[in-house]
This record gives sequence, structure tokens and C-alpha cells, in this order.
Amino acid sequence: MARVVLVGNLAQLTGGVAELNLSATSVKQLFQQLAELHPALEPHLAEGVAVAIDGQIFQDALFQPIAPDSEVFLLPQIAGGAGGRI
Amino acid sequence: MAETTNGHGYVGTRTIRPDGVDKVTGRARFGADFNLPGQLIGRVLRSPHPHARILSIDTSRAEALPGVKAVITRDDFADQSSEFIPAGEMMMNYKDVVRNVMAREKALYEGHAVAAVAATSTAVARRALKLIDVRYEVLPHVIDVVEAMRPDAPVLHDDLFTAGVEPRPDRPSNVAKRVEITLGDVEAGFAKADVIVEREFKTAPVHQGYIEPHAALASVSEDGSTELWCTTQGHFIVRAHCARLLGLDISKVRVTASEIGGGFGGKTVVYLEPLAIALSRKAKRPVKMVMSREEVFKASGPTSGATVRVKMGATKDGKFVAGFAELKYQAGAFQGSPVQPGVMCAYAPYDIDNVKVIGYDVVSNRPKVAAYRAPGAPISEFAVESVVDEIAKKLGLDGVDLRMLNAAHEGTKAAYGPKFGPIGLEETLNSIKKTEHWNTPLRKWQGRGVASGFWFNIGGETCASLTVNEDGTVSLMAGTPDIGGLRASLSMVAADELGIPYDKVRPIIGDTGSLGFTFLTGGSRSAFSGSMAIVEAARQIKTELCARACKLWDAKPDQVEFANGHVRPLGAVADKAKPMSIADFAKIAGKTGGPIGGYGRINAQGAGPSLGTHLVDLEVDPETGRVTILRYTVAQDAGRALHPAYVEGQFQGGAVQGIGWALNEEYVYGDDGKLQNAGFLDYRMPVASDVPMINAIVVEVANPKHPYGVRGVGETPIVPPLGAIANAMENATGIRFTELPMSPPRVLKALRERAPGRA
Repeated sequence: MARVVLVGNLAQLTGGVAELNLSATSVKQLFQQLAELHPALEPHLAEGVAVAIDGQIFQDALFQPIAPDSEVFLLPQIAGGAGGRI
Repeated sequence: MAETTNGHGYVGTRTIRPDGVDKVTGRARFGADFNLPGQLIGRVLRSPHPHARILSIDTSRAEALPGVKAVITRDDFADQSSEFIPAGEMMMNYKDVVRNVMAREKALYEGHAVAAVAATSTAVARRALKLIDVRYEVLPHVIDVVEAMRPDAPVLHDDLFTAGVEPRPDRPSNVAKRVEITLGDVEAGFAKADVIVEREFKTAPVHQGYIEPHAALASVSEDGSTELWCTTQGHFIVRAHCARLLGLDISKVRVTASEIGGGFGGKTVVYLEPLAIALSRKAKRPVKMVMSREEVFKASGPTSGATVRVKMGATKDGKFVAGFAELKYQAGAFQGSPVQPGVMCAYAPYDIDNVKVIGYDVVSNRPKVAAYRAPGAPISEFAVESVVDEIAKKLGLDGVDLRMLNAAHEGTKAAYGPKFGPIGLEETLNSIKKTEHWNTPLRKWQGRGVASGFWFNIGGETCASLTVNEDGTVSLMAGTPDIGGLRASLSMVAADELGIPYDKVRPIIGDTGSLGFTFLTGGSRSAFSGSMAIVEAARQIKTELCARACKLWDAKPDQVEFANGHVRPLGAVADKAKPMSIADFAKIAGKTGGPIGGYGRINAQGAGPSLGTHLVDLEVDPETGRVTILRYTVAQDAGRALHPAYVEGQFQGGAVQGIGWALNEEYVYGDDGKLQNAGFLDYRMPVASDVPMINAIVVEVANPKHPYGVRGVGETPIVPPLGAIANAMENATGIRFTELPMSPPRVLKALRERAPGRA
């Protein structure tokens, strides 16, 4: 199970839950599982967040693999980040 | 197919820039250099009030003026729903964007666009503006960020309720958002501290100060097909904004980026572009619009001014044990200051177990801020670096040693969450300490300061193509405007990958119809991402050439290799065939499958942060308060410098902009809420004679996620100068300056107020 940490204001949307253990094997699954557990997160995940997997930051990378022992941080988007698609 | 990339080894050398001749001969076409037959001149009517309700706009007299072909107002733009999107270098909301390009219910800052005209000449357009009757209800205004946060402050937006606080406020306010990051237990950390320093700082809003004003030329045909030429950091972003604001299909809008006379983040948003298209659509003729310098200052984004409170604790051995900060950033008239990255960057250079940073995004009656080099980071890191310097003095350590003791390194848990990969802060500190600069003695009224800085860097969607021409030369097309030498850097990578001479690669910046969506030049991404796309495109070409060689030589895939610009036969076919160059393949391209090319289409991931350390010597004139920068050294991690001269140029440019931010630049408002220094005579930016040669030390700690080890370098160098100069000022005068800019009047006042005996 990957250890998932919500950084900053995202934890406000989960009733204060800032850390979870999830079985997601990709960013896509991670978002799906988070949205099911905490529906208030869903619009923010769709809007765009950065995902740091074992220290490496990914933005807009739904298919990026997550290993079972990965440490994953959900961060606010890095300025200049995201695809910028409108 | 075996593959090697041992070409000519251009990467890491100082090649001549392919756009250089055009730049020095005046042939290069910047935004205002584009013209079309029959074009009209567009001008904007701007609000004289910092805050006013727009009761009515009567354009009938202007429309009746001979020579006026179109007039537009808020009525020409459909309202947009509230929806945050990641655009440019910061988040934005289209409900706000449509109101920023053309005021709707209210004018929210002096200079806010209220109407625009297109006429046969500038003189007619100016006369027409005077004939537009706007009835305003003038409202109380607020400029300062702290005043804007007060409960009794004039409220700019009735529908703005502070996000990020629970419960949701029941009244609107100017505080758009509260953000916070927490690491460890900051109170427990302070309990372990032997030394605690707490200070409040204030920084002024500063403009990006690009020499080239905003300019756009639009031409809309009768079927709605739209062409736009403009100066921008991201023409795909401009296309998207304009299509959205004007209800156009993206495929019908073609945007060409001109050469760009500086952007620094300020040309990642739209101002004139949708107005020019709307006017052209109405007039059915091309419309050209160019901002005056006054308009640039009054109506395009500066970056935030801010108030920052920092509290740091350290043990007597110098280990940082706790860091707290509270940041209040001006957003301008609409929410969206860079406070979030300011929060995340504040303590990023350091290995601290306990961090808490709170940020507020605050609107006031100023132009909406735009990104500016490492958006938000210089402000928060200035405050932290100043306090770090005070802690060093309290502990009797020098600034470099204290930073080295606490420097983030590979494996450090960043204050904003994840662990760092390989980073080069320690190497920059070591480099600084080894300089002759560091060891040179100073005289009275001279001071030396040091500070470090951090920026994340980014990747993102990027397209680039390589086309092999009939003679074996290669055309390179990139989708990001070239601001800092991109064309040269990408050409070097292409030449090395394909094993051909650098001057056989000719690069251009493609328009939006030529490549797939490509994010803008910003965030320090274009060389990082663009070179990854070029590597992908080159590898497609090499694969294709090897495949054709196999067919020509009746060889198996493992019997050919690409090396040094040639496909070579191996094994059993080695004696039967001769190596073929790219030019050889180009000659027979038609007979062997058609044109040869590669197209890199990627969403680049793996951007590595860049950290740097700056060292500055300065001298204070006690009679006038004027500060002279005597000597300046930048050491920064570039991962791998594709073109060292351009990397050094980024270091130098960032340092000089930081010097201006620290010493002179500020928006000065009168009590009437109007900007008093909207021009380069009164808004004092550094010029060449104000600064010494900036010494640049390129540190290279390779980014393992990039094929050449590249990190973005453009953002970080503006981060340390504010703190380094404030620390040098303290060293020179014994006074801790906590308010920027440290301009002569402010310095003189501080010297005179200081306890007797020093001055």
C-alpha cells in the first residue's frame, strides 16, 4: 500500500485526514480512490494537483505508476505547472 | 538497431545564436513590427478611477466620428462562469479574466480597460476615446494589502468569500484565500531552540519591466478565421484565452509569436489580444494595438507587494529547529497572487523538521498581478534569508557556514512535503566560499551579504519537430517562444543527437497551426522540456533511417547502427554496404518512403529543482543614502548547462532584476489611488551603468530525469538578491532593513534615525 500524504489545504477537504494508505498503482487509480473516499476532493483533483511520487513531482500524469511501497504527496500545482489546457 | 548519440559534442559549448544576426541588424520582428495592408489602429479607454461602478457607457459620439470603424465595450464579451483553470504561470478564473480585459460592473484599478476603438489613424482613435461617455459612481478604494484585509476596508467583490477557512465566512472580504503548509510540530521545534529571531518585512510591488510593450495585430476574416501576431511567452495559451473569451473554435485561431523583448512572466496572460480580435471582427479589417509604457505600468501585471512575518529557531550549534512564516500577498484587483508558491518556497532551501507557513491572497485596487520570475518565491525567501543572517550573527557563524549546516540535500524532506532528489545547494555554497570575492577585505561603509534561493522548475506539454530537408540539412520547429536562447540550445541538442554540424540545423518557432499544444515559456521549462522533445524527434529519425538502411542492405535490425551522423552496416553486411549519412538518405528519401522527420510530443516530467547562492558587496553613501553594488557573484545549479553563456545570462539577468527589486523599484500610489510613477524615469530600474559585471559560477549536479541532466535555470536567480543585499546592508550599516526597496530616501532616513555614534 502506498503512503499518501495531502499537503496544505487539501486536508481541509477530508475532515482533517492528511495521511492515507491506498492500493493505487497509478495516479489515475489514486485519484479515483481518493474521490471515492473523500468526494469533496474530486473537483480539486480534476482542477489539477501535483503528485510527488518518491520525491519526483509529476503534473498531469494520470498513467504514472505508483509502487506498493511508494511515498506519495499531493501538492498544490506548482506555478507554471499543469498542461495549461483550457 | 544499435544507437549512439556521440555527435559533435555541441552541448556544453558556446555556439553562436542562430537568431543573433537578425537581432543585431534590426531585422528581428518584435510585436509592434508587424503590419498588414488596410490595418486600423486600436486604442483603449481606461478608467481614471481606482474603484468605481460603471453606470453607463455611451459610444455613439465616438462611432459617428469619421475614421472610426469599430468600438467595443463590455457588451462585446460574453460573461464567463466562475471556473479556475491552470493557465499561464498561475491559476486564473475566466470570470475574472473577462473582467480584467474589459471592465464590466466596476472599474477596479486606475487604467482598467473600459472601452476600445479601432480607427484609421492613431489621432482619430485618440479623438474617439474622448467622445466615449462613461458615467461612473466613484467608490472608496484600498491599495495597501494590510488595509485591504481590515474588516472595514472597501470590498472589491461582493461574491468573494475567503477560501481555505472553516467555517466559510458569512461576509465577503478582500481576502480571497488562506493557504497553509505544515511539517512536523513547529511549537515543539521552537521549544528546542536556543535562539529565536522574529521579524516583519514589507516588499513593494514591482513590474517585470520588459523593454518591449505589449503589442498585437489581429485579422479576422468574414468566415471567422482569425490570425493574430503578438509578443507573448506562450502563443498556444493566447490562442486558448482568445478562443474562450470570444467564443471561437480553437482551430479557427492561428497565433504567431513575434520575437520577444522580455517577458519574465508578465507576458503569460492576455490584455490587448482579445480586444484586437474583437475590434477586427467588428471592423472587418486588421487591427493593430500597442501599449504605451504608461499603459504597461498601469494595466499589465506587476508582481505582488507583501507583508511577511518570519520566526525561526535554532540550537546554539546552529541547527534550524523551527520555521514559521505568515505571508500576505497582494493579488491586485482579482484573486490569484503567487502566495501558494511563496508559501512552499519559503523554507525549501533548508533541512528543517518543523515548519509552518500560512499565506493570504488579498485583492486591492491595483492591476491584477502576473507571474514574475519564480512567482512568489523572492518575497518569502527574502524574509527567511534575512532572518537566517540574523541567526548567524547571534551565533557568531558566517552566513555560508550556517547555510551549509542546514542546507537541503538529496534525501532531505522538503518543507512542502516530498524528499528531494539530487540537488546542488551545498555545491553552490562551497563554490561561493572558494571565490576570491568571499575573501576580499572591505572598507568602511561597505558590506557583504549572502543568501540562497530555491525554485521548483517544471515540465509540461511540449511539441517540437525535426524535418530532414532535401540536402540533408535539418529544420527544427519549437512551440515555445525563444526568450533566453532556446533556439540555440535546441539546435545543439539536435545536432548532437543526429551527429550533424550545428549550422546545418535551422530553428524556428512554429505558430499554433504548425505544432500540437505546447505550454508557454515559463516556470523554467522551455530548454528542459524542449530538449526532451527534440531528443524524442531525433530518435524517431534515427529509427526511420536505420529501418530504411535495413531495406536497402537486406540487413536485419541488429546489423545496422546509427553513430556520428551515419547509419553503419554491422556484422555480415559490413563488407557489402557503405555507411550512409543523413544527407545520403535525404537524396533518396522519395525512393525509400518519402520525407524524413521526427515529431516529439511529450508531457515532460522530471524537472529538477534549481538552488543557488548569491554573494554581493555594496557600498552605502552616508550623505545621500545611495547604494552602489560593487561586486556580485552567482553560483547556481544548472544540472547541465546546454549553452553555458545563456545559463550565465540567466544568472546575470535574474541578479540584476533582484538588485532593482531590492534597491529601487516600487509602485508609488497617491492618496487618490493613482499610480504616480508610471514610466522608467520615475520607476527606477537598474541600467548597465548601475551594476558591475555579475560573476557567474555554473554548478552542475545532473538531473537524472533528463537525458542531458538539464535543470531549468531562469527563475532561481531572482530569488536570492533581495536577501543578499539586505544582509550586505546590515553588514555595511549595522541596520537591519526590513522594507523594500532600500532606496536612498529610506536608507538616509534609517541612518539618521539610528542611535548616535554610528553614522
